[in-house]
Amino acid sequence: MPETATSVREISFGEAIREALAEELRRDKTVLLMGEDVAEAGTTFKVLKGLVEEFGTDRIIDTPISEAGFAGLGVGAAMTGLRPVIDLMFGDFLTLVMDQLVNQAAKIHYMSGGKWKVPMVLRATMGATRRSAAQHSQSLHAWPSHVPGLKVVIPSTPYDAKGLMKTAIRDDNPVVFFEDKISYTKVKGPVPDEDYAIPFGVADVKREGRDITLVGTSSMVQVALGAAAMLEDIGISAEVVDPRTTWPLDEKTLVESAKKTSRAMVIDEGYFRYGVTGEIASVIQEGAFYDLDGPVRRLGAMHVPIPFSPSLEDVTVPTERDVFELARKMCNK
Amino acid sequence: MTPPTDKLIQMYRQMLAIRLFEERVNDLYTRALMPGLAHLYIGEEAVAVGICAALTNEDYITSTHRGHGHCLAKGASPRLMFAELLGKEAGYCKGKGGSMHIADPATGNLGANAIVGGSAGIATGAAFSAKYLKNNRVVVCFFGEGALGQGLLYEEMNLAQLWKLPVIFACENNMYNEYTHFSETTAGDILGRPAAFGIAAEAVDGQDVRAVHAAATTYVERARRGEGPAFLLLNTYRYRGHHVGDIAREYYRPKQEEQHWSSTRDPIMLMSSWLLEQKHADQATLEAIQAELTSEMDAAVDFAVNSPYPDPDKVGQDVYA
Ligand SMILES: Cc1ncc(C[n+]2csc(CCOP(=O)(O)OP(=O)(O)O)c2C)c(N)n1
Repeated sequence: MPETATSVREISFGEAIREALAEELRRDKTVLLMGEDVAEAGTTFKVLKGLVEEFGTDRIIDTPISEAGFAGLGVGAAMTGLRPVIDLMFGDFLTLVMDQLVNQAAKIHYMSGGKWKVPMVLRATMGATRRSAAQHSQSLHAWPSHVPGLKVVIPSTPYDAKGLMKTAIRDDNPVVFFEDKISYTKVKGPVPDEDYAIPFGVADVKREGRDITLVGTSSMVQVALGAAAMLEDIGISAEVVDPRTTWPLDEKTLVESAKKTSRAMVIDEGYFRYGVTGEIASVIQEGAFYDLDGPVRRLGAMHVPIPFSPSLEDVTVPTERDVFELARKMCNK
Repeated sequence: MTPPTDKLIQMYRQMLAIRLFEERVNDLYTRALMPGLAHLYIGEEAVAVGICAALTNEDYITSTHRGHGHCLAKGASPRLMFAELLGKEAGYCKGKGGSMHIADPATGNLGANAIVGGSAGIATGAAFSAKYLKNNRVVVCFFGEGALGQGLLYEEMNLAQLWKLPVIFACENNMYNEYTHFSETTAGDILGRPAAFGIAAEAVDGQDVRAVHAAATTYVERARRGEGPAFLLLNTYRYRGHHVGDIAREYYRPKQEEQHWSSTRDPIMLMSSWLLEQKHADQATLEAIQAELTSEMDAAVDFAVNSPYPDPDKVGQDVYA
């Protein structure tokens, strides 16, 4: 956090996102929000509460339940002078907007030889353990990360969420912004009053350490920090690194941290197979191989549809205990 | 109201330009000078020309895989089009888009789209911008009747009518979704679909450029006044294959049907006879136009053929703005 901060408040992850949106709406008349129940209801998660009172229904726009319809409309609006922020509600609904996102938004700039731009933000949620079952619990951020032309943001703290949201809105490319549902109210942190933006592709070291690097994304940053505290008690010093954006990806910081500690683990809430942990682990492996004491290890969501029952759901996502146990094994303690 | 003579002649000229352009595309393909394939617009020229003649340069269009006609009618340069079709650096998209992705902000062309029905959102979004920014623009979303099977189209029609957006859904019914007659893919009455949303809709003879232009003018001006979207069903026919390589077509449509359309319903022939009959032009004028366009198209092909390919170093450019 910059030292120039005049006044710093402790706010929640959800409040930080609302502040970023409100400030950008105030700053730029071409910014607007669109989605299901975003206006008076302030979304299912109440994150946008109060915005319609200030900005009116011309800019905080309730849509029909037509995810492809309003995402596609957002693409066209973005090409022609607006900066729409499209609210997808549940990240699971990415399936419904894939053509507009992948074949349209991501490719228009390239296919047109750089002539058209798509400055659109697609807000999506992620994260399990809310007892919402298989269609409302997924973390699908690996999907857009796979597609050239998209940028993907997965913040973990209120400070990062606010600064990255501002960058997302000001960016001239389509950006998918993933918000962890549990973090909305559960994660609180210091956020300065003044305007700031955080560049994409810059990882943040959330905790410095010497013995092992824990790369965490989104909600898994808190899990990694929790595990790091437990590891400290048994004499293992863990460094926690948060890439903050899966694309662009700050390979340098990840590799340097792994070189320094000589051990690395990647923790992410997306499905374990063919996902973010695999990509980040290879980046570290390729960049730090000769400095590593052993293979890069990974923890992710189990390769099952997320179940409903708490006893089942809780074993599908990595926990502090899982990270602690694996790290301990990797450090031979 | 009949448009003034110069406008009528201009529409004739533009249809002929598209025809001559497309004949050269076919020729480039058969001479193996064009990478990939192309979907020719021959036979359907009156649709793009009649509609685009009702638009201003600032108005927007979205186009399709069969898009050369739309792009040219909206003002694209044949030189830069041919260059793009041949994958050359000088092309509209620096060779990165090709036949199915011509895009050009300078003429309001939001881009041709190779996903059937895929541009309905872009068109409706551009109409949303026009209303939000109060800049008086209108958008035309061109699509083939094959797109009637896509859900996105109906989501956009709902949004457009709900929010009274200035977008014209222009359905070009050339009767075939690739190699399948539309009657095998389309239930019920096509015009019943926009009607269900309360969208103003009309069927138009897509071979009659004056009829197309008249209908387009009515609905474009209506949209410009803020009265909302419209749906035009343009009945037309593609003379050639689904793409340049689709030569043996008898398994899906009879030769007599093709001959019937090209010999009795040809939009260029219908317009030229009408212009002569009504004394808007004489034979010599029409012949001069043909000669002029022929040399323009030949020069455009030469330009494209002799243009360099993009440097492989440029492959990574323009992924991000
Ligand atoms: C979503 C999608 N499905 C299938 C295709 C393959 N395809 C390309 S053109 C075409 C037929 C389109 O028919 P129509 O919309 O009537 O347009 P026309 O070719 O007759 O102009 C198909 C199926 C595609 N490009 N996109």
